[in-house]
Parts: sequence; C-alpha cells; structure tokens
Amino acid sequence: MSAWARTDTSLVGRWWWNVDRWMLAALVCLSVIGTILTLAGSPPVAARLKLDIFHFAGRQILFIALAMIVMIFVSFLSVRGVRRLAAVMTFGALILMVATLIVGTETKGATRWLYLWGFSIQPSEFIKPGFAVMAAWFFSVRCLDDHFPGYTLAGILYVFVAGLLLLQPDVGMTFVVSAIWGVQFFIAGLPLIFVVVIIFLIVGGSFGAYITFSHVQVRVDRFLDPEVGVGYQVSRSLEAFRNGGWAGRGPGEGRVKEVLPDAHTDFIFAVAGEEFGLIVCLIILALFVFVILRGISRVMRDEDLFALLAVAGLLVQFALQALINTASTVNLMPPKGMTLPFISYGGSSTLALGFGLGMVLALTRIRAHPEEER
Amino acid sequence: MEGIKKQALETGRNRLLVAGMVITIAFAGIAGRLTDLAVISGGFEKRIGKVASAEISASGRADIVDRNGVLLATSLPTVSLHADPTLVIDAEEVARKVAHVLPNARTKILMRKLSSNGRFVWLARNLTPKQHHRINSLGLPGISFQSGERRVYPHGPLVSHVLGLTDVDGNGVAGLENSFDGDLRASDRPLRTSIDVRVQSILRDELIASMNEYKAIGAAGLVMDVNNGEILAMVSLPDYDPNKPSRMSFDAVFNRAAKGVYEMGSTFKLFTAAMALDSGVVDIGGGYDASKPIRISRFAISDYHAKNRWLSVPEIILHSSNIGAAKMALDVGGKTQKDYLQRFGLLHPAALEIPEVGSPLLPDAWRLISTMTISYGHGISVSPVQLASGVSALVNGGLYHPPTLLGRLNPQAAGHRGRPAHRVISKETSNQLRGLMRLVVRHGTGRRANVRGYVVGGKTGTAEKSSKHGYSTSAKLSSFVGAFPMNAPQYVVFAVLDEPIGNKNTFNYATGGWVVAPAVGRIIERMAPMVGIPPQLGQEMTTPKISTLDTLAKNKNSAVTRGTSGKRRKVFNQPEQGHAKVAEKPKWADIIARAVAVHLHHQTESEASLVLRARAVLGRAVLARKQHRKLLSTAVSLVE
Repeated sequence: MSAWARTDTSLVGRWWWNVDRWMLAALVCLSVIGTILTLAGSPPVAARLKLDIFHFAGRQILFIALAMIVMIFVSFLSVRGVRRLAAVMTFGALILMVATLIVGTETKGATRWLYLWGFSIQPSEFIKPGFAVMAAWFFSVRCLDDHFPGYTLAGILYVFVAGLLLLQPDVGMTFVVSAIWGVQFFIAGLPLIFVVVIIFLIVGGSFGAYITFSHVQVRVDRFLDPEVGVGYQVSRSLEAFRNGGWAGRGPGEGRVKEVLPDAHTDFIFAVAGEEFGLIVCLIILALFVFVILRGISRVMRDEDLFALLAVAGLLVQFALQALINTASTVNLMPPKGMTLPFISYGGSSTLALGFGLGMVLALTRIRAHPEEER
Repeated sequence: MEGIKKQALETGRNRLLVAGMVITIAFAGIAGRLTDLAVISGGFEKRIGKVASAEISASGRADIVDRNGVLLATSLPTVSLHADPTLVIDAEEVARKVAHVLPNARTKILMRKLSSNGRFVWLARNLTPKQHHRINSLGLPGISFQSGERRVYPHGPLVSHVLGLTDVDGNGVAGLENSFDGDLRASDRPLRTSIDVRVQSILRDELIASMNEYKAIGAAGLVMDVNNGEILAMVSLPDYDPNKPSRMSFDAVFNRAAKGVYEMGSTFKLFTAAMALDSGVVDIGGGYDASKPIRISRFAISDYHAKNRWLSVPEIILHSSNIGAAKMALDVGGKTQKDYLQRFGLLHPAALEIPEVGSPLLPDAWRLISTMTISYGHGISVSPVQLASGVSALVNGGLYHPPTLLGRLNPQAAGHRGRPAHRVISKETSNQLRGLMRLVVRHGTGRRANVRGYVVGGKTGTAEKSSKHGYSTSAKLSSFVGAFPMNAPQYVVFAVLDEPIGNKNTFNYATGGWVVAPAVGRIIERMAPMVGIPPQLGQEMTTPKISTLDTLAKNKNSAVTRGTSGKRRKVFNQPEQGHAKVAEKPKWADIIARAVAVHLHHQTESEASLVLRARAVLGRAVLARKQHRKLLSTAVSLVE
C-alpha cells in the first residue's frame, strides 16, 4: 500500500491516497469472481450456439479488463469532470437509443441493440450512470437555489429516458431508472406526502405495465399462479441451488449451465450456487453490500449535496441490478432480464458499470477543497 | 445560503441512510432465501435425488417365457418425450433439432404440436437411451421426459397371437397379456407358457412358406402335446408385430387358430370312424357300399375321390369317402354322434387361456342330414384348437385333455388341474384310429406328409367354403391333421390354409393332401429332433388291413385289382422296412409294385397319369437296357 508516499503530490499519488481503496478492492474481487464464473457458466452455452467454447469467456475477460481501466480512469476525474462526462454520456446514449428504435434489431420481442462497427451495443446500459449523475445535478442545484427549475428538468429527463426505454420495450430498466430517480428525489428532500404518492405511482405503474405489455403479463402470471409453478429457467435455477448445498458440487460439476439458455447472463448466480455453493453466493452478496455501504458511508461525510445524490443514484442502480438478478434466480420475484454487475456476461453492461462505479469512486474521493472543485 | 445547504445535506444524509438500510435488508432477504434453498432444504420442492435408484428401473409387469424359459415378453424402462408448448421459445428450432435426433419424427408434425395452445403434448414415445441422451443434451427449454415402461416382444410377430399385446398404458388388451393382466401386474415372477419358441418358429416358417406358395389368404397351425393338451406352438397368419401395434391390420389381429371356426371337412371322418368303432356299430374289418351317391331330400352326397364300389372302413378313411362316412354316422345315430362330439370337445368353445376363443357353429336342429354332413365335417364349424384337441384324444389312448397355453407345472394353470383328462374312447379304438391315420399317410391322401424315420399318421381335409351362394368350389379350406410317432403318439400337428390356389407343382390341386400335408411333414421332420425324438429308419407299426378278401370278393368290377390282387396284397402286407429299402435301393420289381400301388390307391387323374408316365418310362427302360440306370432314377423320382 505504499506504492506512493503520502507526500507524493503527483496525480497518481494523490489519487491513491484519496480514492476508496477498499471499495476498489471489493470491485476487483467481484470482477475476478465474475471472470471465474463466466469461465464456468458460458462454455456450454457457447457450445450450444456452435461457437468456440471460450467465445463468451474470452470476450468477458476483455470486457472486464476494459471496464476496470475505464473505472480507474473515470475515478481520476474531478466532480466537475464527472458531471461533464455524465452529460456527454446521457446525450450520446439518448441519441443512440433513438437510433436503436429506428435501426436497431429486434430480438425476443424487444429492440435494444444497435450494431456499430461490428459491435453490438446496448445504449440503454450507458444511460443509467449518466442519468443518475444528471438527475443528481438538477436536484442538488434546485435544493440550493429555489429559482433553478431542477425538479422540472429532472422530471423532463426522466420522462424522456423512461419513455424511450418503454418504447423498446425494456420494463426492467425502466424500473431501475425510475427507482434511481425516485430515491434521488427522496434524498433531495421530497416532502413525505409526495413519497407516499410516488409509492402509489410505482404500484400503479407496475400494474399498468402488467396490463399493457403482454410479456410482462405472462411473466407475472406465471410467477403468481401456483398451478403453473415456476418457469422452466427458474425451476432449473432453484434445482441448481439445492444441488449445490453449502460448498457446491465443485467447479465444472454443475449441470444447470447445460440446460439454461441464459446460464452465462441472467442465471450466472445459479451456476455459482450449483458449482461453488452457498458460501460463494453469500460472499458475492456480501461484496455487493460492502460496496454499497462503503459508498454510502464515504459520501455521508461529504459536504457536497451533488456528490451525495449522484453516489446515491449510482449505488441504487448497482444495488437494484444485483437485487433483481439474484431475487429472480431464487424465485423471489418474476424473472427480469437483468445482469449481475461485474459477474454476468455482457459488454455494454460491464463497460457501463465501469463508468458508473468509476464515477462513484471519483465522487467518494477525499477532497481537500470540495468547494473549489465545483 | 449556508443554512439551506446544511438543512438539505442533513435531510439527504438521513434519507440516504434509510435507502441504504432498505437495500441492506433486501440483500439480507436474498441471503436468507439462498440459505434456505441451498442448505435448510427448503423452498417448496423436495430436494431431488442425485443418484437414480435401482427401484425405479425395475419393471412393473412380469415377463412371459416359453416352456424352456426363453423370454417372450418383457418390460423395459423407457422415457418418453413431451413438451409444454407455452414454454417453448422457438417451436421451429425445437422441432428441427428433435426431428434430427428421431428418425421417425416429422418436423412439420412436431412443429404443429409445439405451436399448439395446450400445455402438454407428447412428442415421441419410448426413446432409446441414445436418443434420450441426445435430446437431453440439446438443452431445449419446454421439453421434458417422462419415465415409463415399455412392453417388448423380442421375437416380434412370432408369438403374437398367443401373447397378444399391451396398449400404450401397459394394459393387456389381447392374448395372454389380457387374460393374465392382473397376475402379470401383481407378480414379478415370469409367466411360463407351454409354447416352445423353437417349434413355434418352425411352424410359422412352414406356414408362411405354404401360404406364399399357394397364395392363400390366411393360415393357421398348432402343435399339441397329445398326452397333456399343452400347446407347443400356435400360429395364425397373417400376424402382427406386437412391438408395432400401430401397424396392425384387422385381418392380422384375428386369431384363426383359436378364434376362427371353420367347416373342417374330411378330418372329421376320424371322429366319425372313432365313434362308429367305439360304439361297436361297425368293426375295423367291416365296410359300406359307396357305389352310388346318397340322395336325401334335395341334397346329394357324393365322393370326391369316387370309387363307386363297396369300401372297407380303412378304405373310407383312406379314400376319404363322404358316402362311407355318412353311412357310418347314420349307423351311429344322431344322438350318439352328438354325444361323442361333445366328449371330443367339439361342441363347446375350447377352454383356452386367451380371450380370443371362438364358439363352434352348430346346426340349429340335429336332423338326419346334419348327422350325415357332420360325419365328413360340413354343417359344423370348429376352431383348429378344438380339432387338434379332439384328434389328440383319438390318438393318445382315448383321453381328452383340455388344451392349454400354460405349462402343466405352472400354478396359474390350476384351473386345468380341476378339469382332469376324461376318457372319450376306449384304448382299443384309439389304437385302431392310430392305424387308420398311419394308413392315410402311408398309402392314402396324406402320403405327402410322410417323413422318413418317423411314423407319421394323419388325415387330410378339404372343405369348400360356404358363402352367400352356397358352397364354393374354388374357395377351399385345406387342412391336414398329423400325429407322430404313430406307434406311441406324442404330438399332433395341425395346419390349415385358407383359400389356397394350386400351382403347377400340385397339378393345380389345392386339396389338403397336396398343399398342406407336405408342410406338416416338413414341420414334423424339423421339430422332432428338437423335442427329443430321433429319427428311426425302419420303424413301422401294424396297420389295419385295407381290404379283406371278403371285400374284394364284393368288388368284382375293379379291372385293376383283378389278376394282380395277389401281388397287391403282397405289397401291402410288406413290412415298412421293405418300403424304406425301396426308396433307398430301387429294384425293378419294387418300382413296378409301387407304381401299381400308387395307381390303386391314389385316385386323382394327375396321379394316374403320373403312374402311366412312369410305366412308359419303365417300358422303354426294359427295351433300352443301356440307359436303364438313368431312366431308372427318372422313373423313381417320378413315382416318388
């Protein structure tokens, strides 16, 4: 830990002593675990798709490495730098999302992907960190200056993003974006009466989604109907956890990855449960909780309301993705297409998380003169 | 400004703490659920077993075996493939991949099933382990396997009518599978039948060959142990493969051996002779005038092989004289005839252990004409099983054993122990019947059933099938009932061809003697060594004299017999050893004697012409001695 002396005032030296090294370590741990799990879960899927068996694993290692680099670069940014990056990301992602609706390819009933220069990217992944920071900025300015139309701007941004997401449609991500926005509004001092109203809106919105979108309806029905039982993927997933027990069946001994089409993405947690057991699953959960609580505790001491709101939004996004993914695999909620941060396979998702957590690291750095950096 | 900021920060911090707590609680909830699922063996489903237990693979339905323990029917655990179409993501992909593994599956049909609205469709039944593995490895969501059991008949169609079959749900629907459905389910001890699968195979083989040769529409056959009624083989053709029930035709399902009842024709004359001899209305040396047809009301009974003279009892059987049989039956009387037929088991359905048992068709009223037609096997329809059982009683010393498909030692055949064999004719009558049957094969219409080394006896039967327009002359039911060895009979072999058509080998004859007797001969020749009866060349039995001097005296019109009678008697009284020698080392005198014998006792025109040709050859041979050896062999082959 003494690569740089305390007295080193170089950029890297200051960064090293300012940044939350514990959070960084936890995120690196998650990435390593994710890499190992991708090696475990993806080869059978690749084989089924007649690809090279390490197709997904190789790409994911590359994505993780890129994400780590992105994360560290972003964590060097100042608060203002983070804001500028977020603005660029939000703007760029919005344009790409509109483009997706026009020229994107439809898979499994949704238009989420854009093919650019031989890569397929999911612009909506990149909107999340950008949106969290932008909304935090609008809210924080409004808090300090009543004349600034912060709520209106945050509201317009939210409606725009949510609308584009629903047009794809991507209800899961809309939910995450709504949650980010709602939590930020809550922290920014939303009167409690509105909190109640918003909770009602969420319930109503969910019901609306159930009525409007047939695929949501099917999933929820299947979840609620005891006659039907659980869906195929979820029942296999539950079986996987049962087979795993405490210590798992051992690396490579899992079977669930051979039958689940999404063993490397949405159901990677089940692969972990079957091959490595409950202990590793709990370690993964603990790492998520550690990152979140660590971020909250760091930002608590910060005097900057913008940093508080932005970190809250980014961590809520991070937490929700992990919660929704794991809750789906253990059948606590209907399955949602949601990746497990840094663990599930997915280029856009992993890179976007690199940006998001990079921003968290940047905003939770100890700043000697926070006011100056504004 | 500073105050507002402090205030906002304070609220923000407090509320962030609340959000943090909620998130932590949510993660704790997931951790709890995980622990419950993985360790506390919770959730709502039982933990699935990791090791397949041997109990599951044990089959539920008992095997069926033949008398030697050869497996005839068994149950194997199999898996079937089904799908829940609502869970199938891409019906076309699933159909294509599944069809690739299953050679019999059609992609289009699978597609239709997978796109249906239901929640359960069968895709394929009874996969092989390899197919199971391959489909499992496809990892397709929405399709699953159901373990089950499949009835397998290793011999395919060979024993089909005896065993019957089970439906897809494992219920016995025909044959022994149906009769012993409960026993087969309840016990895991195999059901032992009386069938000898080797004999069954021979019987089926020969029947198929004959059926094909004579273009018959069907055939049936039986091999029965005369001393206990056990059926060693029972075949009905066409038959079916019980492993492929979907390909069964109605005709193939019909059991001609047990369910079908037929007017058997001349084989019935054995019963007529038996009752006449047993009741004492005539003795073996007696005879009847068969010189002209019997006319009764609008019917006329005439002979197929008409002799138009006085015939002795052996001659009536030998020449299969309807007139003689009818007169014998008249002497016996209708009531006694019915009585005997009842005892021979011909008036009630055979007590066989399968559901497919036919009831005999009897005349509404037992009139005089019925008595006469029944004497030669018309006006009464019985099943081959009934006939074989009755004939067994005639040759085994006079005891009727109910036919059975189960071994006598089988406890499940207890029902048969309760009905022990009963005497139907005297031992002496049985001996006489043996002699008569031997005569038929040695010198009569059943000559083609003779097998060197085995003393075969039998009786031919050729019935005209009745139709809407009365009896048909072209559609025949040709049969032969044989037994061997006649000096101490052990087995009865019965075979029948339905509507055979004669070909040039049989000079267009389709009678029992021409088309069925050779098959029975071959069956005996092939099965005898298997059932432990070695051939014994030179063995013969004493047979009744065909004609007495007394009868010859009454028969002065016969041009052939006149002047050669002494020689003929010599031929007939010659022991069988001599006969066997004739075949092995032909001598001039023997060949001529045999030709004469053939001429005398095989009355069909073509046979007569055969003899004439033989004579011509012999005559030329005498003239041209140089070539006589070659001609001799030609003559022998022609005569033989």
